[in-house]
Amino acid sequence: MKSAVIVFPGSNCERDIAVALEQVSGHKTFHAWHRDTDLPEVDVIAVPGGFSYGDYLRCGAMAANSPVMRVVKERAAKGVKVIGVCNGFQILTEAGLLPGALIRNQSLKYICKTVDLKVENTDSAFTRHYTPGQHIGIPVGHGEGNYVADEETLKRLEGDGRVAFRYTDANGVVNAAGNPNGATNNIAGIFNETRTVLGMMPHPERAFDPQHGNTDGRALFTSLLESLS
Amino acid sequence: MKAKVTVTLKHGVLDPQGKAIGHALQTLGFDGVGEVRQGKLIELELEETDAAKAKAAVEAMCQRLLANTVIENYAIELV
Repeated sequence: MKSAVIVFPGSNCERDIAVALEQVSGHKTFHAWHRDTDLPEVDVIAVPGGFSYGDYLRCGAMAANSPVMRVVKERAAKGVKVIGVCNGFQILTEAGLLPGALIRNQSLKYICKTVDLKVENTDSAFTRHYTPGQHIGIPVGHGEGNYVADEETLKRLEGDGRVAFRYTDANGVVNAAGNPNGATNNIAGIFNETRTVLGMMPHPERAFDPQHGNTDGRALFTSLLESLS
Repeated sequence: MKAKVTVTLKHGVLDPQGKAIGHALQTLGFDGVGEVRQGKLIELELEETDAAKAKAAVEAMCQRLLANTVIENYAIELV
């Protein structure tokens, strides 16, 4: 499995996700700069977390229009797997690779903690090593993670099994108490139509190594490895 | 020519900042304020002198970058 991670000015999770990809695959992850107009042949592209372009205008808006994202869009259209985490998720929605948008947390506060999640769909290259409905804990760190979409989009996402992860309470129940940011339907992560693009607010790369004290994110990377080898 | 673009969250999209501003106004004793919605103002200096062309260009800018039409409305004013 060959991988690339996209680095924008202000990205700050590119190394963490590259380490996770490198450790599962044994291949060095290519680091692409936002101005790059080409990428090597890779199987998976990671759009990392951070504060690309200082979150100017809207989170992810500037990054979505950067030269390298044109290449990411081309590759995504060819079926190359794309994962966007946190700011990466915001960038993928701004770029039109995923529907909806991420707005300010309902609380107006930046949230930095481990949240409880339910794995909603394991039928994807990203989630096959989880079990359906599995209750996991993954860290989040965001101020704008409140997922919104129009009713029709939500209907499609829900009807087509495109919700990947949902926030839950400590008992694994999807409810308002377990919703950290006000996201519609407790949505924490979604797929595109072909389930080859995943965007999620929680950071699986921060729950990867035993030294993180939590390895619940590891299955996402091993899923990719199995799907792409 | 100058263009002023006002970007606001669509109605129906929760505006937590607007809500917080509303609460703050209430705390300060400003009664009679209903819903508060906040947005942003973007001023553009344009070389174009033809109003229709300028408006069309700014419209395209709004669609491509200045507004996220999933969640935001925009209004263009030429001055």
